[in-house]
Amino acid sequence: MSLLEEMNRKATDLGIPFSAHVDITWRCNERCVHCYLDHDGKGEMTTEEIKDVLRQLSESGTFQISISGGEPLLRRDCFEILEYARARRMNVKLKTNAVMIGPKEAARIKQLGIEQVQISLYSHRAEVHDAVTKLPGSWRRTIDAIGRLKANGVKTSITHILMTYNSGQAKAVRQLAAELGVDFVVDPTITPKLNGDRSIMRLGISSQELEEILHSEEFVGNVDEFCDPSSAVNEDILEGYSCSAGHTLAYISPFAEVFPCVQFPMPCGSLRKQSFREIWQHSAALNELRSVHIRDLHTCSHCTHVAYCSRCPGLAYLEGDFRGPSSVDCGKSYARTGIPSLAMSRAGHSIPHVSSGLVQISGVQ
Amino acid sequence: MAATETYITQSPDIACSTLGDDTIIMSTLDSTIFVLNSVGTAIWQGADGATPLSRIVQDKVCLEFDVTGDEAMADAKEFVDELARHGILSVSSQPVSPGEVL
Ligand code: SF4
Ligand code: SF4
Repeated sequence: MSLLEEMNRKATDLGIPFSAHVDITWRCNERCVHCYLDHDGKGEMTTEEIKDVLRQLSESGTFQISISGGEPLLRRDCFEILEYARARRMNVKLKTNAVMIGPKEAARIKQLGIEQVQISLYSHRAEVHDAVTKLPGSWRRTIDAIGRLKANGVKTSITHILMTYNSGQAKAVRQLAAELGVDFVVDPTITPKLNGDRSIMRLGISSQELEEILHSEEFVGNVDEFCDPSSAVNEDILEGYSCSAGHTLAYISPFAEVFPCVQFPMPCGSLRKQSFREIWQHSAALNELRSVHIRDLHTCSHCTHVAYCSRCPGLAYLEGDFRGPSSVDCGKSYARTGIPSLAMSRAGHSIPHVSSGLVQISGVQ
Repeated sequence: MAATETYITQSPDIACSTLGDDTIIMSTLDSTIFVLNSVGTAIWQGADGATPLSRIVQDKVCLEFDVTGDEAMADAKEFVDELARHGILSVSSQPVSPGEVL
């Protein structure tokens, strides 16, 4: 277990929100075809409200914070917010499309000690990337910004989201990331919109393409191990939780609302009405979520894949029941092992559309 | 002649958080992670650049952890040297004002 995992486990025992994801705006200068957000900025937190949220998180023990959006750099106070988070000694990651990162911004990011800049890149080909973002010239600007960040010594990573638009390009994007000298993460994730609208999920890759990715050594490392269906379930697994959402992870929207995770839109409270500590400790929704162990999941606890499944309770929630299976994760377990999940068997073994879950697979360097 | 005092200051190039008795520290320069136990945490929290190390050891370590001064001071020096080698702490023979830190 790494030191970070050890501390995360300790945070779980102590009920500390070790990590937080704060979207400072949902406005964006791109219009990505698969985006799950609306882009209305009305009612966004002010600078002072955001600083107060960061103060409260830091006083609650938050160590890692992702500042994201929308496009966070669209806010004129973005650097003031980053500076404040660093002054509170938080480990800050910035998620951005990078098109607004010029020489000055790259130098400032380095100077502030931002731990990592995470950038979405949809293709190694400009026309494909720009067709996804609907912002002409965005690929060029993003690639130039990556070069500037690298020149300033900022740790940078590319996230490559798989979808019909960029089908079959993951290897070439991985190669480009290697040439640029940045980390690479492939994400087979198209998520439903936060209001439950699932129409964008038709952009997800086919189950065959997912199967190829999940059986490819360069994306998952040891394929035999990754796709081995024989991991036995044990008491530790059944006693455990699906993920860190609501245990050590909190998500704050630009409108000061608290959720367990950016991908788990179960309302837990508003920071305009209550303090973070009150919500974190006393929200009925959070406490209900925390009471659910793997053994309490009505279907998954009996499923053959439960020991290694990437089941996302947020996606299950968007399907109507956070204690239930997430069909996209059923699809991934099936793609990994060729064995239908319990939920699939019960539904007559239909292969679900697989590409809307959230397994992030770090590239093997 | 009095022995030279040592003053220790937390580096600005770190992220940190205290969980229970332990403190996690990450160098933002190279992402190295350190976890300090309760004694290390006590010294870390005293590293304000203004309090002499001997005083931190006396007030935060000897009194709270029931160890003798010499033993605690020797361990503290070793600990401080180790963190300084990784750029997590800076060490000086003069007090450091807050303006000089950030
Ligand atoms: S599994 Fe889903 S809910 Fe849990 S942390 Fe990941 S995205 Fe969030
Ligand atoms: S494969 Fe499906 S049913 Fe099985 S554990 Fe995963 S989400 Fe649950």
